Amino acid sequence: MSTFNQIRTILSQKTIGIAGAGGLGSNCAASLIRSGIGKLIIADFDVVTDANLNRQFFFHDQIGERKVDALRDNLLRICPFASLQMHNIKVSPENISLLFSTCDIVVEAFDLADQKQMLIEYMLENLPHIPVVAASGLAGWGGADMLRTIRSGSLYICGDETSEVSDENPPLAPKVNIVSNLQADTVLGILLSENK
Amino acid sequence: MLNNREEHFDAQTLTVAQIMEIKSFTFRMLVVRLNDTLIKKEDYSSASVNDGDDLKIIHMVSGG
Repeated sequence: MSTFNQIRTILSQKTIGIAGAGGLGSNCAASLIRSGIGKLIIADFDVVTDANLNRQFFFHDQIGERKVDALRDNLLRICPFASLQMHNIKVSPENISLLFSTCDIVVEAFDLADQKQMLIEYMLENLPHIPVVAASGLAGWGGADMLRTIRSGSLYICGDETSEVSDENPPLAPKVNIVSNLQADTVLGILLSENK
Repeated sequence: MLNNREEHFDAQTLTVAQIMEIKSFTFRMLVVRLNDTLIKKEDYSSASVNDGDDLKIIHMVSGG
């Protein structure tokens, strides 16, 4: 085991990409910054709304702000020295390499399944040396003990793989927070096991 | 191995698509990895799985 200072020394040299700054991305980013990750590259094109506040790391007075701007402000309140590269852009196969090719790990933090699949397939095909930590299955409440991380090579998937978000099964703070933090913990596990 | 569990099928070799049908994988979005190599949707019916292979079929569902 390592002391927090030893852990932070390792993590301070790392760059993590986060695709999406919603429920998963905003909370995962907060945990990574608290852990001492040196640099985050975060991309999202959305704006903070009232409906986001049930689970996302934003505040009521930030409604209407671009998520990347609001999240930058919130992360800098935790760690004013963090290096943050925020991109107000929709992630697509045309810009993934440009955004994330310098990252040690990329976190998939999208909402829609087809977007998740797009990022995973692009990364596995074009940037296979960069581990991807994705999420699938986190809707509603209950069954939190079914949330877990599965691994296939350099691809990690956090969640229960079944509970899909819908009008009758909305995403709620507890499970979204658990999964986003499973993702953050998986990131730490990958980075720190390299240095064991 | 299918999703880390040992599975036995009657045939020696099956395609990814046949295994999906036998095991009733009906989710729309899937990430399929055969021995840690990505198999894309258009290759499900041509990629063959042999005895001893490691096949992972991962459901991608919306929410984030």
